[in-house]
Amino acid sequence: MAQVNQGVRETVYPQAAQTFYRTLSQIAISAVTPIAAVLVALAFGAALLWLNGFNGSDIVTVMIFGSFQDMRSVGEILLKATPLILIGAGLCVAFRCSIWNIGAEGQLYAGAIAATLVGTSFTGLSVWVHVPLVMLAGALAGAAWAGIAGYLKVRFQASEIVTTIMLNYIALILTSYLVTGPMRDASAAYPQSARLIREAWTPRIVSDMRLHIGILVAIVLAVALYIFLQRSSRGFALRVVGLNPHAARYAGMQVARNVMLAMCISGAMAGLAGAFEVAGVTHRLYQNISPGYGFEGIAVALLAGNNPLAAIVSGGLFATLRSGSEVLQITSQVPQVLVLVIQGIVILSVVAFAKLRDILRIVA
Amino acid sequence: MSQKPFLRIDNIRKRFGPIVASDGVSLEIEEGEIHSLLGENGAGKSVLMSMICGMVRPDEGEIVFKGQSERFNSPREAIRQRIGMVHQHFMLVPNLTVAENYVLGQGSALRIINDMDKVHARIRELSDRYALDVRPGAIIEDLSVGEQQRVEILKVLFHGIDLLILDEPTAVLTPQETDRLLALMGDLVKDGKTVVFISHKLDEVMRVSNRISVMRDGRVVHTVNVGETNARALAHMMVGRDVRMELPRSPEPPGRVVLSVENLTCRAETGLPAVRGVSLNVRSGEIVGIAGVSGNGQTELSLALSGLLPVDGGRVMLSGKDITGLDPARINASSFSHIPEDRHKHGIVASLSLSENTILQRYDQKPFASRGMLNRRVIGEHTRDLIKRFRVKSRDEDQAIGSLSGGNQQKLVVARELARNPDFILVNQLARGIDIGAMEFVMEEMLKQRDNGRAILLISTELEELFAICDRILVMFHGEILGELPPDRTRLDELGLLMAGQTEQPALVG
Ligand SMILES: Nc1ncnc2c1ncn2[C@@H]1O[C@H](COP(=O)(O)OP(=O)(O)OP(=O)(O)O)[C@@H](O)[C@H]1O
Ligand SMILES: [Mg+2]
Repeated sequence: MAQVNQGVRETVYPQAAQTFYRTLSQIAISAVTPIAAVLVALAFGAALLWLNGFNGSDIVTVMIFGSFQDMRSVGEILLKATPLILIGAGLCVAFRCSIWNIGAEGQLYAGAIAATLVGTSFTGLSVWVHVPLVMLAGALAGAAWAGIAGYLKVRFQASEIVTTIMLNYIALILTSYLVTGPMRDASAAYPQSARLIREAWTPRIVSDMRLHIGILVAIVLAVALYIFLQRSSRGFALRVVGLNPHAARYAGMQVARNVMLAMCISGAMAGLAGAFEVAGVTHRLYQNISPGYGFEGIAVALLAGNNPLAAIVSGGLFATLRSGSEVLQITSQVPQVLVLVIQGIVILSVVAFAKLRDILRIVA
Repeated sequence: MSQKPFLRIDNIRKRFGPIVASDGVSLEIEEGEIHSLLGENGAGKSVLMSMICGMVRPDEGEIVFKGQSERFNSPREAIRQRIGMVHQHFMLVPNLTVAENYVLGQGSALRIINDMDKVHARIRELSDRYALDVRPGAIIEDLSVGEQQRVEILKVLFHGIDLLILDEPTAVLTPQETDRLLALMGDLVKDGKTVVFISHKLDEVMRVSNRISVMRDGRVVHTVNVGETNARALAHMMVGRDVRMELPRSPEPPGRVVLSVENLTCRAETGLPAVRGVSLNVRSGEIVGIAGVSGNGQTELSLALSGLLPVDGGRVMLSGKDITGLDPARINASSFSHIPEDRHKHGIVASLSLSENTILQRYDQKPFASRGMLNRRVIGEHTRDLIKRFRVKSRDEDQAIGSLSGGNQQKLVVARELARNPDFILVNQLARGIDIGAMEFVMEEMLKQRDNGRAILLISTELEELFAICDRILVMFHGEILGELPPDRTRLDELGLLMAGQTEQPALVG
């Protein structure tokens, strides 16, 4: 029999075994491609370093493993992973809805400003109230900041790529203005805000490490977003809108509402990342509290194949590389430009492998 | 058979996971012939042709073209050997011009930009020669389906080919456009080219072919000369049984009015008036057809009824409820089903699974969802049930619907819309891409719906479809209903005149 018909298939491939086999191969494809992407990129990086007269393989080893020296350094990696996972997982939701939110950086700053405002006022609240309040303020501010771009898109068809980038500049400049002007701590030499009230600080996991509970929040939220996208009705509508807006309208889904939702979820996650940077790490608002987490989050989501669950892993991977390159800058003569170039290669190779994975998925 | 065939396909096999798309298929095409390929949905026609034109690589077997064994890795390599294909779904970049589409991926961009004038000239020359009416500067997304089809054909001719493969080119064409295409195929053969033609419409195949091959389950089971066969025999070869072209109908009188449209007007997306004061009633237990040459407002009428296009004036009542201008969600909820004209645009989400596609409208309703979460077990069972009832050829319900053959996608859309238990069913092109066996089945299903008291409005450019199942036929021309006829084949001439906009006959009152 040529065409495998229902009856034959049941005997040859029992349903459960077949589903299991396919799930397994899908997981393998999802897991192997990002790792392969990073390995290929590092090989390129090593070659590049070698051409510049450095011992490439040693340096690349430092980049990957140099940051794994002790528990403390692992804690530092996780600290960096926190905003990357939050932003990356949030952007997965936006990208699944075909919303190209490039403004996570600005949304992070919006969250950081709001968290600072809440964290420096309301004295006398208990930790149990003040900490969640700061987180909520950050998330809401991020969502609102992204919501501006969302509104402009659904109301005036303004490209969110353009508006979110413009909103990035506005948020950054607003932060500068605030920390040099109205929110400036007059006693400090540098432009910075007043210190957050202790009760507003994000609690640490171990008292003598900077790592705070933000990492746990990030992981829980990433899992929640995965369930939302894959298992909930709302998440389904959001995916349909992203894949085929005409079919979504035909099916009676509200395209504009889903676009706003996707925008606001990704904004809230970025805002929360900003709140954690202020309340968990610096305890003050500075002009440049983020070293570009909002942009790196895009690569995190891309490497994760827009799957929030995978964003936990890819966020960790990018945090590792970031820590590694910091170690590198301290311990070797490699110019920072080269380190940046290697990071760039990683991102390009991630994109290439993401494409490859999609092809493999279709074939499998 | 000649000693050395033009194209010889020898024992080709191709599998997609557990699905065998080509099961040792062999076929010979002779130079200068029009060779038609028939077969049920999912028989493996498109896959076989995709292997010949380099889109898909065979697992096993040999392709010998002009005496030389070939193994193409891409459509470009096939084009270089002068083999070109027009696919079932068009492969044009919508926001580029015709000329830009033609040169896309054809070597150095700089050189091409310099040569763009020459490209335009060559397109105009070919377009004149074959009366294709293609403007090189036109943007693809502004073109009608029929025009895009001609753009696709001219694209292949532009690259210079000896063998042209047309995969269901007529499925989306009006009868007039089809006549033009069949004539074009004749012209191409006169110019020394060879054509492989895939279609589910036996009359076209009988009209145009020299030889006909029938595929079943991934193999060619018969090849016959056109003079030695007829439509009935071909249908039998395809399906393995006799196909009824006439369906019995119970003479139940229709009941209450379910859909009533009064003086509906709306404009097309271009802003031009498309529907100009259409009034009609559809009663429970009847199938009302709308015939007409496509482009006379049928698309806009169905979009306006289903809430996808704003209504300028008039009223639409469904079971006594005013649904004029409501959004699609509310209309869907009013027991309204819609089998859309453009399956790829509205009907399906290609990369989602069959399961996900069957709950497109009911993703947040019981029993498919509870407390905001999808109930995957119920959805899976429901989909398996539809697959079985409508004989959708597929691996399982988790497969992406885009990987089904075209006709099987349509079957699932029909299955989904009927399963929603609607009072009213709007159909725009029922059998698009469906094979004759499945067509018989789908039409029987529609008649069953009618006998169960549903009201059905069937918009179609296929007169066969209309005559087979409608209780009365309205004719639409320039956005208006010009008249009404019973589905009586003896009055085909009148129908033709009405479709051309002539209302002189005194007997016809709309
Ligand atoms: N990329 C793919 N992945 C999985 N299965 C596929 C793929 N392409 C085709 N198939 C399967 O191969 C079989 C043959 O498909 P094909 O498209 O050739 O049918 P067809 O004869 O052209 O049918 P139709 O008349 O409906 O267009 C079908 O069962 C189809 O589901
Ligand atoms: Mg096909």
